Amino acid sequence: MSSEMTDTTDETLIETGFSVETDRGREPTDAEGIVRSEDLSVYYGNERALEDVTIEIPENQVTAIIGPSGCGKSTFLRSINRMNDRIESCTVEGELTFHGKNVYDDDVDPVALRRKIGQVFQAPNPFPKSIYDNVAYGLRIQGRADEVDLDDAVERALKGAALWDEVEDKLDESGLDLSGGQQQRLCIARAIAPDPEVILMDEPTSALDPVAASKIEDLIDELVEEYSVIIVTHNMQQAARISDKTAVFLTGGELVEFDDTARIFENPKDDRVEDYITGKFG
Amino acid sequence: MSTDTKSGPGISGDDTLEDAHKSNDRVRRIFFACATITVVTTVAIFLVLFDNAASYFFGARLSEVLLSGDTFSRTVSFTEFFTGTRWAPDHSTPAHGVLPIVWGTLAITIGAGLVSIPIGTATALYLSEYASTGTRNKLKPVLEVLAGIPTIVYGYFAVSFLTPVLVGGIATNVINPAGGLLDSISHLAPFVLDPAAEWMMGVRVGRYSLLAGVLVVGTMTIPMVSSISEDAMQAVPDELRNGAYALGATKYQVSIRIVLPAAVSGIFASYILALSRAIGETMAVTLAAGFNANLTANPFAEIMTMTAYLVSMARGTSAVGTVEYQSLFAVGLLLFLMTLTMNLLNDRLKQRFQEEYR
Amino acid sequence: MSFRDGQELFADVDLGREKFLNRVFHAVLVAASLFGFVMLVLLILDVVWEAYQGLTVFQIDPVQFLTQPSSSRAERAGFGASIVASLWLMVLTAALAFFIAVGCAVYLVEYASRNRVTRLIEANLANLAGVPSIVYGLLVLALIVNDAGLGSVILAGAIALALLIVPIIIVASIESLRAVPSSVRDGSYAMGATKWQTIRRVVLPQAMPGILTGTILALARAIGETAPLIMVGTMLHATRYPDGPLSSFSAMPTQIYNWTYQADRMFNGLAALGIVVLLAFLVAMYVIAGYLRKKYEADASLTNV
Repeated sequence: MSSEMTDTTDETLIETGFSVETDRGREPTDAEGIVRSEDLSVYYGNERALEDVTIEIPENQVTAIIGPSGCGKSTFLRSINRMNDRIESCTVEGELTFHGKNVYDDDVDPVALRRKIGQVFQAPNPFPKSIYDNVAYGLRIQGRADEVDLDDAVERALKGAALWDEVEDKLDESGLDLSGGQQQRLCIARAIAPDPEVILMDEPTSALDPVAASKIEDLIDELVEEYSVIIVTHNMQQAARISDKTAVFLTGGELVEFDDTARIFENPKDDRVEDYITGKFG
Repeated sequence: MSTDTKSGPGISGDDTLEDAHKSNDRVRRIFFACATITVVTTVAIFLVLFDNAASYFFGARLSEVLLSGDTFSRTVSFTEFFTGTRWAPDHSTPAHGVLPIVWGTLAITIGAGLVSIPIGTATALYLSEYASTGTRNKLKPVLEVLAGIPTIVYGYFAVSFLTPVLVGGIATNVINPAGGLLDSISHLAPFVLDPAAEWMMGVRVGRYSLLAGVLVVGTMTIPMVSSISEDAMQAVPDELRNGAYALGATKYQVSIRIVLPAAVSGIFASYILALSRAIGETMAVTLAAGFNANLTANPFAEIMTMTAYLVSMARGTSAVGTVEYQSLFAVGLLLFLMTLTMNLLNDRLKQRFQEEYR
Repeated sequence: MSFRDGQELFADVDLGREKFLNRVFHAVLVAASLFGFVMLVLLILDVVWEAYQGLTVFQIDPVQFLTQPSSSRAERAGFGASIVASLWLMVLTAALAFFIAVGCAVYLVEYASRNRVTRLIEANLANLAGVPSIVYGLLVLALIVNDAGLGSVILAGAIALALLIVPIIIVASIESLRAVPSSVRDGSYAMGATKWQTIRRVVLPQAMPGILTGTILALARAIGETAPLIMVGTMLHATRYPDGPLSSFSAMPTQIYNWTYQADRMFNGLAALGIVVLLAFLVAMYVIAGYLRKKYEADASLTNV
């Protein structure tokens, strides 16, 4: 992966064994951050999945969320676009703001929120429809199919997801006939077609083979020019390779450290984080 | 497990072990016999219905021809049976056109489908997509009870409530408030059913009507549609819903555009099952819709279904050899073939659904 | 860019139409779901009201109702003979259906290899479950009542009901047999048990509560069945107590049918009371089945620990 990027410098670190690109030349466009949480706690019934998480996620950058399984990283992701609402026992305390607006306020409709914050899931989940209909789905349900040139929008989304060349001739075929990696890129095309501001990715490569995974990683690198990407991953190398910022959650739903990716992997402040990324823990 | 194996540790078997194997084999054969009984039942239904129906069409049972050399003499022609529009095998001037009672069955089936399919599907969607766990836990037992009530009770309900209050109410207050149509309805009625209803509605209502039959059979078949459709909807992977919700879809859009299309073959299977049940439904239909073989779609008219005919002609041992007795099997055979077709169709759909998911 | 107000932030998202559609759809679904509930309430109220009318207006004596046989004169009619006939039917039906059904289920789960005969038996089961109950009545009428000369007796009715519920018991039994973990079977085989020993001493005892639950639910279906009994040629009125399996009869549902069918209003009250008794039997059977299931589930969770 990193060998392809000739314009960046690779540094191999003795302590952690990770190679991190220290400078991607990407600057946050909004100093305040597009998504911010303040003392955010999430409960499933009586069980606390997130504990007082305070974080500020910058716009147009890749933010990675890492941590051992059960640490609440997926819960945090789902609380951003309120997909947690689908779980009956789930309750939320504290604040989570999008452009400074608390998304848990009464005047925020989760349906409207999700039209601005897209999501890509762990396992590819294309609808049992044609490739074209999968990509057009978002624009159609959002009632925007008439406003835009649908063919054009589908083409742009598929190109944006680096899938166009492979499916150009078979847009009418079922999305389920594609390979796993292609399906996941189809899901990314589906997510970007309605042009959201933020794209949430929940371990998007964990169900894919390494080649397909690296394609997705390349893609994320391009997506970030237009979108803010928040990616949950259990793969620390992946976080080191693709993200600008990294948040480390540990068991109990606690955000332990959040900083520039290079800083986290080179010189973590918290011993537990160091233990975790060097493999002593988790 | 047997503790009575006393002899040595040989593994080539001894007497007791041989006995065990023998009884093992015997038991296997007994179980196999049990299993074949179910197939024998199906074969017996076919043979017995064909055999007895033959005497209706040809004047002699197949078995009589084969065993004692009786000869066939055509009694009822297939042309008359399948195209005739009057059904009265027991009349002094008999008529053998089965169409009116087939129509009666179809009218009830279609009408019941119009009730149970939309309501059952909507109930299933509500349970699967909208209802909270608490509401689900309250609503599902209601549907189970609805499915567990004997059909005779539904029949009683039709006679003592649906017909006098609901059907009568619609006839008087909605269709013809002036009362013109009512005269024709009460003309059909041999007597007033329920003084309470007469008092409530101020009218005399016919004892039997297609509409009452449709309502009661429709209600009975709602649980079949709703429970099987809901199973199909629950089998739709949640990832698909998540994918749609994450794109900003409303529940309505997820229900209509994702869940319904994905569960469609399972849902259709539930429709087929409910319609098949409506075709074979007997007691409620008999008590609600009546015994008058009428080729009519008037919801307030009395009709007769195939099953109602069977009930009206049932005389046990006393009627053997009469044309009424023989006609039972001709009608029964037709009924069996109709439901068999539906069941095979249902099987096909169920298989397709299972192939689609897992 | 910072927003304090949701309206401003989502100004470019117009959800008005979709929210309206969603709300209307939700309301339609709720209304449809309530239809079944309303019908159930109406049905119960109707039966209770008519039964109450029977007790008060027509002064039906409950003791006489429960002990006397029926009569063509409403004021002398009772339900006793029908209750006894139904009990006879249940005992005979259970005896006829249980062993055949369990035998078939054991064969399919424990013995059958995946071949065409097995597939035929399984496909046939699905079909049998969809055969209208009245057709079983026709079969027994021709084959047992007339050709075999048994006559319209309780045993003939029981045969029809048994044919009807065998597929139901088989399906329930297959389910509970499959629920027995294969590790249990392996344990028995490892002790040197034969297949039959394993089934009899290990598999069947563990599956039995589930099988019994299924059987009781199937009998609850059978006790309310009317059409097959009418086809078999049950009496119009159960005017005397049956004295055995070879006695003519009118069971609870057929007696209710005959009363419902009468013009005299008092018979309708009798029918409503009969329904109350029939439903009481059903409730009792469901309670027993529920108790068995609960106990079975508790046992199962214990063994899992």
